[in-house]
Amino acid sequence: MAKQSSFFRSVSRLYPHVKPVLPRLFLGLLSALLASVVALAIPQVLRGLINDSLGPGATVEAVWGSAGLILALGVAEAVLVALRRTFVINPATTVETRMRVSLYGHLQDLPVSFHDRWGSGQLLSRAMTDLNFIRRWMAFGAIMLVVTTLTVVIGVIVMFTMSWQLALIFLAAAGPVMVYGFRFRTRFSKVARRSQDQAGDLATTVEESVHGIRVLKAFGRSREALETFNGQAEELRQTEIAKARHQAVFSMVVTLLPELALGAGLVTGIMLAASGQLSIGSLVAFFATAAVIAAPVEFSGMLLAMALTAKTALDRHFEVMDSQNTITGPADPRRPADVKGALSFNNVTFAFDDAPDKPVLEDVRLDICPGETMALVGITGSGKSALLQLVPRLYDVTAGSIELDGVDLREFSVEELRTLVAVAFEDTTLFSSSVRDNVLLGVVSEDTDTREKILAEALDTAQAHFAYSLPEGLDTLIGEEGLSLSGGQRQRLALARAIAAAPAVLVLDDPLSALDVNTEELVENRLREVLAGTTTLIVAHRPSTVALADRVALLEDGHIAAVGTHAELLAGNGHYRHVIASLETEPRDLDSELSALDDAEEVSR
Amino acid sequence: MSNTAFGTANEDNANLSKSDSKAVRRRSLALLGSLIRPVRLRFWLTIATVVLSQAARVAGPALIAFGIDHALPALRAGNSLPLVLAGVAYLIAALAAAGLTALYVTSTAALSQAMLLDLRLWVFRHTQRLSLEFHEKYTSGRIIARQTSDLEALRELLDSGVSSLASGLLFMLFTAVTVFALDWRSGLVVLAAAVPMFFLARWYQKHSQMAFRQSRVVSARLIVHFIETMTGIRAVKAFRKERENAGRYGELAEDYRRATVRSINLNGVFQPGLVLIGNVCVAAVLLFGGFRVLTGDLAVGVLLALMLSTKRFFQPVDQMAMFYNSFQSAQAALEKVSGLLEEVPTVRPPRNAVELRDARGAVEFRNVEFRYGTGPLIIPTLNLAIPAGQTVALVGQTGAGKSTLAKLIARFYDVSAGSVMLDGVDVRQLATADLRRNIVMVTQEAFLFSGSVADNIALGRPEAPREEIEAAAKAVGAHEFIMELPEGYDTDVNKRGGRVSAGQRQLISFARAFLARPAVLILDEATSSLDIPSERLVQSGLAGLLRGTDGTGPAADSPAADGTSRRTARTALIIAHRLSTVETADRVLVVHDGQVVEDGTPDELIGGNGRFARLHSAWKDSLV
Repeated sequence: MAKQSSFFRSVSRLYPHVKPVLPRLFLGLLSALLASVVALAIPQVLRGLINDSLGPGATVEAVWGSAGLILALGVAEAVLVALRRTFVINPATTVETRMRVSLYGHLQDLPVSFHDRWGSGQLLSRAMTDLNFIRRWMAFGAIMLVVTTLTVVIGVIVMFTMSWQLALIFLAAAGPVMVYGFRFRTRFSKVARRSQDQAGDLATTVEESVHGIRVLKAFGRSREALETFNGQAEELRQTEIAKARHQAVFSMVVTLLPELALGAGLVTGIMLAASGQLSIGSLVAFFATAAVIAAPVEFSGMLLAMALTAKTALDRHFEVMDSQNTITGPADPRRPADVKGALSFNNVTFAFDDAPDKPVLEDVRLDICPGETMALVGITGSGKSALLQLVPRLYDVTAGSIELDGVDLREFSVEELRTLVAVAFEDTTLFSSSVRDNVLLGVVSEDTDTREKILAEALDTAQAHFAYSLPEGLDTLIGEEGLSLSGGQRQRLALARAIAAAPAVLVLDDPLSALDVNTEELVENRLREVLAGTTTLIVAHRPSTVALADRVALLEDGHIAAVGTHAELLAGNGHYRHVIASLETEPRDLDSELSALDDAEEVSR
Repeated sequence: MSNTAFGTANEDNANLSKSDSKAVRRRSLALLGSLIRPVRLRFWLTIATVVLSQAARVAGPALIAFGIDHALPALRAGNSLPLVLAGVAYLIAALAAAGLTALYVTSTAALSQAMLLDLRLWVFRHTQRLSLEFHEKYTSGRIIARQTSDLEALRELLDSGVSSLASGLLFMLFTAVTVFALDWRSGLVVLAAAVPMFFLARWYQKHSQMAFRQSRVVSARLIVHFIETMTGIRAVKAFRKERENAGRYGELAEDYRRATVRSINLNGVFQPGLVLIGNVCVAAVLLFGGFRVLTGDLAVGVLLALMLSTKRFFQPVDQMAMFYNSFQSAQAALEKVSGLLEEVPTVRPPRNAVELRDARGAVEFRNVEFRYGTGPLIIPTLNLAIPAGQTVALVGQTGAGKSTLAKLIARFYDVSAGSVMLDGVDVRQLATADLRRNIVMVTQEAFLFSGSVADNIALGRPEAPREEIEAAAKAVGAHEFIMELPEGYDTDVNKRGGRVSAGQRQLISFARAFLARPAVLILDEATSSLDIPSERLVQSGLAGLLRGTDGTGPAADSPAADGTSRRTARTALIIAHRLSTVETADRVLVVHDGQVVEDGTPDELIGGNGRFARLHSAWKDSLV
């Protein structure tokens, strides 16, 4: 029985959403009930009318009257059917939309670490398919389930008034049906859940196959991708068929047992009637009632399946909604009276949630003065990118703290913090909107002239003049839905975006990697001016980028190994030389290059 | 191609012109037809099951009537045989009804799942086949919308509609026969109800078609926005785009709600409308029959039977309305899907492919011209020969056309004129498998698929054993960091390699190329995110690969896998803005405005006073 409460617990979570529209849903239910009552009444009324009013010697008025009555009932039925929809549709779709919007809002809120784990197809299937289903269940399934149950209950009561013996036989079938219903519920829920999850995974695979289309094409791996997809789609098909099989067996039970009971009832009833214990009239009436509730009983299999699917859809929805956002601001956020941009890392340790024993950063201590540009240098995998992402709190430190002007980042409101910190990542995500909107994304000012000025300056600094010569200039739609730009172009726009935000702290992850040498030099010259007054943390792979920085922090295996100027480190640190020294000084033939590499590795050990 | 709604063009428009509307409708129905064709036997069997199960169900009441009318008097007369017969027959009918019901539930699912699987694979295969040019415009969100919510609409139709339509129609047919048998004049009255029903259905069809189209368009927009947000979540957060996004999403969700309500409301008129017509018809039959009862033309008993049959005749109308509703919805969805399927890949595999298993790697551009679609000429007549085994560096400013040349060799795009040849064979003549085995391109954006690191490297050559995967990783210097990962090569790279840095991603994608061992390797800014030591490792590994002696990288201490020594040297085309990369090349091509303006060995060009020499000195300056 614990399982049953879980069904009601899942569905009861819908209650807060449904509460405001409950009266309308109830009216819808009432309309549906009345409609089915009218539908059931019409044949009875017809019989009565024809037998009583249209018997021998009936008048023309009686004919008109009867037809009028039937017409009125018919109109009433149609109106009630229409009313049920009218009452229910708006509330149900409103609840659906609200849940959808709040799911989206919550997903945007959840930390990046959550999104690392969840494929977007899986999330999409929750936002679309699951919520669509829940809406349909609210507007139709749930109401019909109540109507059907009531019809059957009333029908059985009516049967009892006609013949308690026969009604008992009929009711005897209900026992096994209910027992089987419970077993069906657990099994079906499991399969329904599996099919929803598999559909989500399938959507994720589709998403990846499109985002990774260049790689698939470059290696000619479309066939393998298709095979993977085929495997998954085939699994989904199997699950769906297993689901149908469960439903089929249940429909069979639900059809067979009442029918068998009726068969037994027929034989018993006739024997009772023959011995005079039952009137023929009651016998006929009993089976007439049985015929009326036969359809709802059979329907119950489908309705139960629908309710169970809605339940698993709700579970999936709340699974995401229950995920806690761990990166939040405090109730009463602080901010320094005057933001100067002093950034300090105090014994920062960071590990990803699922690998707590392998910290990416360990005991990092680093102070960056206001206005200073600090380059972050280290080999691939030394933790540079992780360190950067801690500053706008895309991830939170595992231990230690990061302070901006003496205030722990976790004490800022998150929004405030991200206004103070602007970033440009290596993977430059541009959004589907105009160049203008993309670059001005982080700009707070509302004034049009100011914004235009900021835009022009940012584009100039990032050497993104190409934007003016796009088909529609700065209003050209870019991003996924718009014009596709080259890597270098995207990178410059992302840089312009970070600069335009005019932050207190600028975080740049190798922002010039895709630029050619000339452009890089131009950008650097301009960037130097911008960086002069801004605290900057910049990941650098090349001496040319390091040249932008006042000081350099060398990151090695998650520790800060050394901090100093480029020249100091170059003179005094072997590992730094290994990481940053240009290839130019290396001999060009391969054998000696190899030995040089070995040397470098020795130094680093 | 005469109409404006060909393929996915005009896809976002729900208000199509009459001829376009007809064309997409036809296209959608044709798709439905071609999905049914392979499973038509099962289709008819399912319908037969439905019909039989209905028949078994109808037998129940008939047996009850038999029992009361015949078995009861017989029993009273002392003959229990009819009762036994009735009981047994009822048992059989119950078993048959239950069994057939179960059968048709599974059969319907099998049918619909077979069709869905078919269509899923079809769409997937087709989107993989479509050229990059198409993908750059169409967005992944749309393809996902096609594969998820559009297919869902079809699924609803298949799951609920077909069987109810068949049983409903048959039921109506039988009842109509009964009505006619009882009294043909009343039968005519019932038939007359078909006229207003037809007009109502016409009205519904016209309006719901628009409503469902609108709903498809809006839901695709909603999905596109959703996917874009979720895949770019880091940037969303970093630039506090959440509020703006939430506003936009709220609008789209509301649009979607409105479109949904609109289609449901149409059905909310249609379905009660049908019920109403049916009920009015019942009243009309009563009126018509009642008067004839008065005049004595019709027996009261017949009128009663007539009325009940007429009422029953309209019972399945409800189901039919539901079917028509899901049919309209599915059709609108299939309009979009069939549009996607109608798109023709601009880069097509040849009909009669020239076989080229192991190319030497000689690349030639012969009178090549290129423009995107009908755009301006990007590459004016180009002639260029790269002998097998040569390492060529392409140098030039951003936008000079370097990547375009690379993409032409890899056949991501097709030339507008002239031809690109591999070993003297036009690349357009090569089967996709041969083309991709011989030419591999590594781009700057190193995409990782979900799965393990090993899976991602194995993409280069799926059949490669684990040792070779590790050897490839060692050769490019990726082995160390992979071993540092929580589960080494079996670590899941998660969503888009969330936890692998850009540099590490590039190393993995390099290992991929390494494993693939193509005759021609194209590297488009493939080392841009690497730090210098990694780049150095990659370069020495690369040098080994290009010379044909794999595994000479310092980290690769395992012997090279066999089967690699067949080839001697590989051809490489390297696009890079790093001097270090360029200097290792045998030959440097300076590209400007789609033309090769300088061509020579690095030393020759440095010695000259052309662009490369200027570039070289700039490089020198940048290396403090």
